[in-house]
Amino acid sequence: MNSAEAMTLSSNESTAARSGIALDVTRAIAGGSSETAPSVRDGVPALAVSERPKIEVKGLDFYYGRFHALHAIEMRIPEKRVTAFIGPSGCGKSTLLRTFNRIYGLYPGQRATGEILLDGRNILDRREDLNRLRARVGMVFQKPTPFPMSIYDNIAYGVRLYERLSRREMDERVEWALRKAALWDEVKDLLKQSGNALSGGQQQRLCIARAIAVKPEVLLLDEPASALDPISTLKIEELVAELKHSYTIAIVTHNMQQAARVSDYTAFMYLGRLVEFNETQTLFTTPGTKQTEDYITGRFG
Amino acid sequence: MNAISETLDPLPAETPGRRARSLGDRLFGGISWLAAVVVLLVLGAIIVMLYVGARPAFEKFGFWHFLSTAEWNPVTEMFGALSPIVGTLVSSLIAIIIGVPVSFGIALFITEMAPPWFKRPVGTAIELLAAIPSIIYGMWGLFVFAPFFADHIQPRLTDTLGEWPMIGPLFQGPPLGISVFTAGLILAIMIIPFIASVMRDVFETVPAELRESAFGIGSTTWEVVWNVVLPLTKVGALGGVMLGLGRALGETMAVTFVIGNAHELHAALFEPGNSIASTIANEFTEADGEVYTASLIGLGLILFIITFIVLALAKLMLIRMSRREGRSA
Amino acid sequence: MNIYTRRKVVNLFNLTASAVTTLFGLFFLTWLLWVLFQQGLSHVDWNLFILDTPGPGDEVGGLRNALLGSLMLTLVGVLIGAPVGILAGTYLAEFGRYAYLSHAVRFINDVLLSAPSIVIGVFVYEVMVVPMGNFSGWSGAVALSIIVVPVVVRTTEDMMRLVPDTMREAAAALGAPQWRVVTSVVLRAALSGVMTGILLAIARIAGETAPLLFTALNNQFFTLNMDEPMGNLPVMIFNFAMGPYDNWHDLAWAGSLLITLGVLMLNILTRFFLRPKK
Repeated sequence: MNSAEAMTLSSNESTAARSGIALDVTRAIAGGSSETAPSVRDGVPALAVSERPKIEVKGLDFYYGRFHALHAIEMRIPEKRVTAFIGPSGCGKSTLLRTFNRIYGLYPGQRATGEILLDGRNILDRREDLNRLRARVGMVFQKPTPFPMSIYDNIAYGVRLYERLSRREMDERVEWALRKAALWDEVKDLLKQSGNALSGGQQQRLCIARAIAVKPEVLLLDEPASALDPISTLKIEELVAELKHSYTIAIVTHNMQQAARVSDYTAFMYLGRLVEFNETQTLFTTPGTKQTEDYITGRFG
Repeated sequence: MNAISETLDPLPAETPGRRARSLGDRLFGGISWLAAVVVLLVLGAIIVMLYVGARPAFEKFGFWHFLSTAEWNPVTEMFGALSPIVGTLVSSLIAIIIGVPVSFGIALFITEMAPPWFKRPVGTAIELLAAIPSIIYGMWGLFVFAPFFADHIQPRLTDTLGEWPMIGPLFQGPPLGISVFTAGLILAIMIIPFIASVMRDVFETVPAELRESAFGIGSTTWEVVWNVVLPLTKVGALGGVMLGLGRALGETMAVTFVIGNAHELHAALFEPGNSIASTIANEFTEADGEVYTASLIGLGLILFIITFIVLALAKLMLIRMSRREGRSA
Repeated sequence: MNIYTRRKVVNLFNLTASAVTTLFGLFFLTWLLWVLFQQGLSHVDWNLFILDTPGPGDEVGGLRNALLGSLMLTLVGVLIGAPVGILAGTYLAEFGRYAYLSHAVRFINDVLLSAPSIVIGVFVYEVMVVPMGNFSGWSGAVALSIIVVPVVVRTTEDMMRLVPDTMREAAAALGAPQWRVVTSVVLRAALSGVMTGILLAIARIAGETAPLLFTALNNQFFTLNMDEPMGNLPVMIFNFAMGPYDNWHDLAWAGSLLITLGVLMLNILTRFFLRPKK
């Protein structure tokens, strides 16, 4: 699938009425605030997405120790759509992504306040079972991270954590995941080999296969293609377009073309604030704030 | 596509191992915590047990008196730690005086002079010196080095340095080859690999740009090392020296073979003497009587405290070194 | 002499000195090894492995009891020390990475790493030999294990820290609880390094003499009973070297050669283990 198709796809799925509302809201907010002050205020959503939200973020603040990294984030990530996060480096887009499965909890001194509702349940609750949360919200990282084991075991690792499958069922699951990640044909004869033996692009698709083998509901992709060559990048993008029929996908990217190609919705972040959130086409064609416009036209970032 | 459903069946509400998993974390985390605590406890237990064991001697002689008396007489049960303490310090000092410049030279050679293909073999060979058990150094020292030293080196030193004013008396003594000085020499050889490899490691932390800019203004290799590399790394290099000193102070077998095991205090370095470790090694199993054993354990406690302080200083210096490295990076 | 020439002369002189000191170091290594081979090799024969150590005045003898004793002590010492060391290293690198306790343990561990081994012998004498009433193989093995622990702790922590955090994040992001992340991903990635640490620890204790002097003591006769004093190469070498008989000295040399070869082999082996795979 090329970028043109991707764009058509996203516009087909959004209705004119919805974009109209969205645009109005964005404009209203943009008009009511100065250039430097970001448009998001407590309780005012950046965009009224009327599609069913999978993740709702309410008044989210994030701190690295004393550093206040995210300010009052409000947004709703619609189900089974691709939502892209763009912005200059250090704007907090990866930080935001890392709150959705609370992976930041591995490190002391990092904390989030506010609410993140996954299917209506607050995952920032202290009683949240993090391991189960992370099984529901899969993540793929910037650099490929194959585990030091065979390709087969890489895929089976996460599955074994939560399910008891027979050998045959596991074989099927591994094949299913590898096919979904468009890697099966390349590795079907190498399943016993170490995951490290694959090329960078293959490793990244292996990691995507590993993440979806667990059958998560949400897939978080943190600059999944930034370390890859153009051909591998294209494959990952095609994969994302394919996967969104089954999963809610959030992708962080520093590449605006990529965001435009793969996503239905795009969030533009700057200095730890969510500046604008809209349908991708709208955001790129008629940005609602000066900051967004400057960024997407390459005037900074 | 195949038998596996595309729709996402949610995870079963209560997966079977859920409690067991958090239990697994607590269990495994707990056991590993316990193992870490054991490390602390071992150190604590060593200090406590040494103190308990040494108390009869400290009570009988008084701690400071025990430290400052040179008499060591099992027959009259009079024990003082001064002679082994002095022997330990002097032999280690000799080791440091000889070992540090040599280690510096080796580190300099490996980091600045050796061609790349030669660095690894030389580094490995020097480190192998550290791997050889100390008992082997003892054997070699007793049967090979001591006689060689007595025949060829000691007479020359006595004839030259021994004639000098002030330091002359240091280089006197019977031509046996068994002496505090020989012990110091062998200790020097033993600690060189430790100091050299620490120095090499800290020298290599100096950023290439700094080195290059110094070369860029026309410095010679020596000037780069002396004026740029060494000032930047002196804390770490000193940490390496302290590490070597800690090793030398506590070294037992090599010293026991060649130091002579005489409870005497001499100004002359070519006289036999003893060290704390060699005294314990030689006399512990033969010690009869509570006070004798307690005195030997008291020596052990003193040795442990001295090396603890030296090693702690070494560690602190190396930590400071790596902190600064982090800042400049 | 102008400034430039003087600088060049100083440079040349110092660099030459540095090369000479390196030769000095290598010279001693060669000398030691040469003496060991020269003195030891001629006495390495079958008798060494099938006969026990000779008593005073015995004509023939070998090192069977000492070799087996050393093997037992080393093995048991590692079996006790390595698990404790791996677990403590795991705590420092994973479970307690940010805990205050870890700073203290790391510091103390580094001190113990270079602590005088004779003091460890005295300590074990007090806590094991005195209460048990006799010298024993067990107390020797425990003394050696106290030397093993810090070596293994240090290498385990270092090797686990080389595993990138992204690997841990990737495993955690699949929903793996921490202990599974540690055991099946981190330890697995660090395995060759951890094994290297254990080999280094073996090399370290194989020649340790001081902590055995008053724990395992020595035994002229063959025994596999760890409740009795146990023969071992290092103490045997010490006793025989200090003894008056020529055949004792010969055996001491042969034993020294065997230990040194074993230890050097282990060290070289670990270097191959640690060499980055490409």
